[in-house]
Amino acid sequence: MDWLYVLMPISGVTIFWPGLVILGIGVGIIGGFFGMGGAWMVTPGLNILGFPMAFAIGTDIAHMAGKSLISTMRHGKFGNVDYRLGVIMIVGTVAGFEIGAQMIMWLERIGKVDMIVRWMYVILLILIAWMVFADVAKKRKMEKELKAKGQDVDKLATGIEWHKTFHKLKIPPMIHFKAAGFTCSAWLPIFISFVTGWLAGILGIGGGLIRMPALIYFIGCPTHIAVGTDLFEVAISGLYGAGTYTFKGRTELVAAVIMLCGAAMGAQVGTVATKYIKGYGIRIAFGIAVVGCCISVIMKLIPKYIDGTQVVMDIASTTLILGLVAALSLYILIKMIQGAKQEVAAKKGRA
Amino acid sequence: MFKLWTKLTGVAATAMLVIPELVLAAGEKASLLVIVADTRKLSGWEAWFANLYNESHIYFTIVTVIAIPIIGVLLGLLADLVMSRIGIDLKSRELSEH
Repeated sequence: MDWLYVLMPISGVTIFWPGLVILGIGVGIIGGFFGMGGAWMVTPGLNILGFPMAFAIGTDIAHMAGKSLISTMRHGKFGNVDYRLGVIMIVGTVAGFEIGAQMIMWLERIGKVDMIVRWMYVILLILIAWMVFADVAKKRKMEKELKAKGQDVDKLATGIEWHKTFHKLKIPPMIHFKAAGFTCSAWLPIFISFVTGWLAGILGIGGGLIRMPALIYFIGCPTHIAVGTDLFEVAISGLYGAGTYTFKGRTELVAAVIMLCGAAMGAQVGTVATKYIKGYGIRIAFGIAVVGCCISVIMKLIPKYIDGTQVVMDIASTTLILGLVAALSLYILIKMIQGAKQEVAAKKGRA
Repeated sequence: MFKLWTKLTGVAATAMLVIPELVLAAGEKASLLVIVADTRKLSGWEAWFANLYNESHIYFTIVTVIAIPIIGVLLGLLADLVMSRIGIDLKSRELSEH
């Protein structure tokens, strides 16, 4: 069975390559569907496959850049990417990220902030999950009320509509975002992306997990546009991240390309699935992913308070994340197959 | 408006060039490591690749940064081709929240 293992020329380890392809498919599906890089899911998977930690992050980012590019291409064809919004947000994200990263280095110099940062991450994830599920509950309540009155619900209606208040701010320049379908002050996406970038910089994460809900709830993007536009940002920043890590000798390109083979197909599946799953379906699944991520971070915090739980918590956290990847990927795949079958059957019916 | 766009694009392009480590997902900061690839057991393209890594991280980075999007686009087009065989419409979707 030697053919199932491939030698990584830089790190010198042999890796079970079908594992890399499967991991690529899983994160490709989830990334294309939710509009995020999903590195928090990849790193534990690479560790299980025996990948040296020194190379795990760089390799992950390199594959993430390629995968997000594939998803952006597909989302772009669907009209899900607002390139104008994406470019404006890169400005805020970059500035915020750098200030956040500098701030955390300054805090590290004056004291130990590791635990504070991790707890901040937990609180942020709880807030995001609350925002998503509060929105779903509010939308359901609104739907029920309108149905009771015998009125139809607008297909773009949402529960939480904070963005409408922000859109009332008429600070010039006002910009129309064609794909997203709204006009607002350019300062709104710049400010929001600055804050999400700042948080990502402080927490040491990519930021897709924060940016996607921010695009929906604060900027007012329809869910599909938020997914596509976020991926556009991840593709650009991911390529830069890949360059940085590779320059530091931390990327195993062969593994990234093998993962990309699976991710190419996974990204297509995840992206096409957004055609068959309505915005709130994506929001609910995203909320579940955030809850899973939050639990895994808490599991990593437990050994800091209870001695002797390190091994158990590491295993439990990895199992949780990989189980979540498998379950969500399967759900998205099934929905995509069901939707495609229905569409093909409808086409045949019309012919 | 054109001037604003020119400025924004300029700032974005500069930022992408000068601001490092934007996508550091949940990991430690990368520091310069001296890792040497063992080329003794390698031959052919693997040996060339490992030597490239050992000799210059700059060239290795250039190869990686060029290869990733090219391979991504090629694999994406291939996957597109496979997807289009299913017979579904891959150019439009209904924008609907529920």
